[in-house]
Amino acid sequence: MSSLLRLATAGSVDDGKSTLVGRLLYDTKSVLADQLDAVTRASVDRGLSTPDLSLLVDGLRSEREQGITIDVAYRYFATPKRKFVLADTPGHVQYTRNTVTGASTAHLAVLLVDARNGVIEQTRRHAAVLALLGVRRLVLAVNKIDLVGYDEARFTAIADEFTAHAVALGYSPEEVQAIPVSALHGDNVVQKSGRTPWYRGPALLEHLETVPVADNPHDEPLRFPVQYVIRPRTAEHPDYRGYAGQIASGTIRPGDEVLVLPSGLRSRVERIDTADGPLDEASAGRSVTLVLADDLDVARGDLIAAVDAPPRVTGELSAALCWLAEKPLTPGARVLVKHGTKTVQALVERLDARFDEQRLATIEAPETLRLNDIGQVAVRTAEPLPVDDYTTAHRNGAFLVIDPPTGDTLAAGLIGAPLPSLGVGR
Amino acid sequence: MTAVVSRSRPAGDVGVPAVGDHLTALESEAIHIIREVAGEFDRPVILFSGGKDSTLLLHLAVKAFWPAPVPFPLLHVDTGHNFPEVLQFRDKMVAKHNLRLIVAEVQRWIDEGKVAERPDGTRNPLQTVPLLDTIAEHRFDAVFGGGRRDEERARAKERIFSLRNAFGQWEPRRQRPELWNLYNGRHRPGEHVRVFPLSNWTELDVWHYIARENIELPSIYYAHEREVFRRDGMWLTAGPWGGPREGEQVVRKMVRYRTVGDGSCTGAVESHATTVEDVIAEVTASRLTERGATRADDRLSEAAMEDRKREGYF
Repeated sequence: MSSLLRLATAGSVDDGKSTLVGRLLYDTKSVLADQLDAVTRASVDRGLSTPDLSLLVDGLRSEREQGITIDVAYRYFATPKRKFVLADTPGHVQYTRNTVTGASTAHLAVLLVDARNGVIEQTRRHAAVLALLGVRRLVLAVNKIDLVGYDEARFTAIADEFTAHAVALGYSPEEVQAIPVSALHGDNVVQKSGRTPWYRGPALLEHLETVPVADNPHDEPLRFPVQYVIRPRTAEHPDYRGYAGQIASGTIRPGDEVLVLPSGLRSRVERIDTADGPLDEASAGRSVTLVLADDLDVARGDLIAAVDAPPRVTGELSAALCWLAEKPLTPGARVLVKHGTKTVQALVERLDARFDEQRLATIEAPETLRLNDIGQVAVRTAEPLPVDDYTTAHRNGAFLVIDPPTGDTLAAGLIGAPLPSLGVGR
Repeated sequence: MTAVVSRSRPAGDVGVPAVGDHLTALESEAIHIIREVAGEFDRPVILFSGGKDSTLLLHLAVKAFWPAPVPFPLLHVDTGHNFPEVLQFRDKMVAKHNLRLIVAEVQRWIDEGKVAERPDGTRNPLQTVPLLDTIAEHRFDAVFGGGRRDEERARAKERIFSLRNAFGQWEPRRQRPELWNLYNGRHRPGEHVRVFPLSNWTELDVWHYIARENIELPSIYYAHEREVFRRDGMWLTAGPWGGPREGEQVVRKMVRYRTVGDGSCTGAVESHATTVEDVIAEVTASRLTERGATRADDRLSEAAMEDRKREGYF
């Protein structure tokens, strides 16, 4: 069976991102005849001589009318080697909001730059957000290489500048792949181009097919947020009690000693149940039902964790926030925090710093965090939560900040201090 | 520096959990979503038509709560233009899993004058009002649908948890950012959330999974001989929704259905695919999308689906 690669794209307006994604879909034969007919008809209506592949991607009426992409769109394509889930994130408005959304589930991100403009402010911002979210692999697609005459020196200068920025953000050079492409003409997108003989790396698709996926966090300590307690109370299963959830990290086997948090009670895994029968082993990403050896009081919102490497249980969180709402954050704000399967009331006690992704610097004690700002805050929760640092365990280090009256999602929260690890001394 | 050759990172790298093969990953993701709804909502319901996507959804719900029964009822908005094979299958599934089925019959809304029959006889767009009325009547707060993002480009921008306002409408600009696998199901009184556990599946994933799990489907998904007539480039079949008009010639053909909806606007495709393996081979080779091949209602305009979604459609 093929594996699954989740990727996100990022770039600013007019870098040709929708065209690149359209090209990738078109050249992998993921675009079917009726979709292409529709695009061709719409292109002719707009007075264009060739089909505008970006129309494959821009889904909403206002997007097509304005020729821009507003919202994250998900695309699917597959080759014999891999299946791809692509989150196409627009760059101009609300860039952090969209990039954070796309990056939160991505193994890899493709950043686009226009070869004529090189690395711009927004490229550096996107890279910083991707580093913060922990997207482990970056591709820099240097697009419109045809418009600089397929010039090697120009490409190398852009690639070097970007790689230096990525390294400053904590990436190693091997994690960054720069590729000269022309989305419009298809150079180095699916096929290696004869017009860039000086480029020895892979075409974009080949790279996506072969890049090692920062694999499952199997070797990390077990984290299993309990979603639902399964108690059939039927004639066939009168006393069955199982804890349903998706393994956030680690691997679990029958017989493993586990800790139930926040209560701190210990038990042993008796069985790993699925509807297809019990498993000998299950790893991160798998949805299962655990049956424990002891009759404990376990409920939704609890976390089952490895005994030898438990998370810390605390009501005082230091965390980075990516602020995603129009309404600004000020100290003293009362919010809801959703961590794992638990939602608790919380108070944002202090704003410690705001991150300037341009200069890779921090501004101490800001008065507010506004839409698209990234900042470091202190949060007190009404009940203690079993947490890890985001940098060591993504799933158990992440949370949502929710607005109590409207229910809107205000921010993405990353526990610990991921900003200093971006190379910012504080 | 030019290109850098990629090397693998040591184990222990943090990343997005991904289970070995992609069908198991999609299954685990869908089960996680279904269980989140069970944990966070008071009155969920599954939209169930007997079509392949809702049958798959039911299969996943059964797996999510095993060995307990599915803790939600089913809701079918019945246009009165359904294929008899599909209705029989629907009732068989309800009995097999011992579920409660609520049927909202579009005919009742027509009889009460709340919706009007269209001149073209198509009842697909008439489903929205009965759906919203039934959601309000039963105070459902989460409504599962089998929609997939690969079906149509307005759907490609749909969230897994999709907030609907008090009028059941989809407002693209009010949708919440969806981060990691943390779904936000908060809603105000009167609002509800549509939930799409199959968001990340493609048509081919659905068929591969149906094959792997040996999931039973209504017989009309497989090739059979049927009397059909040509209209708007599609093979339609005669039924309570009407038959061939003057000049439309009836012929016998081997056909199957790629989607199953209102009989007046769901076309059959010519096919000899009698087994699930044949269907997979056919879908793999097809140069048309399932909606493009079989749904007249999506052809109405460039934004037909977006407009119906804004009104509160599935």
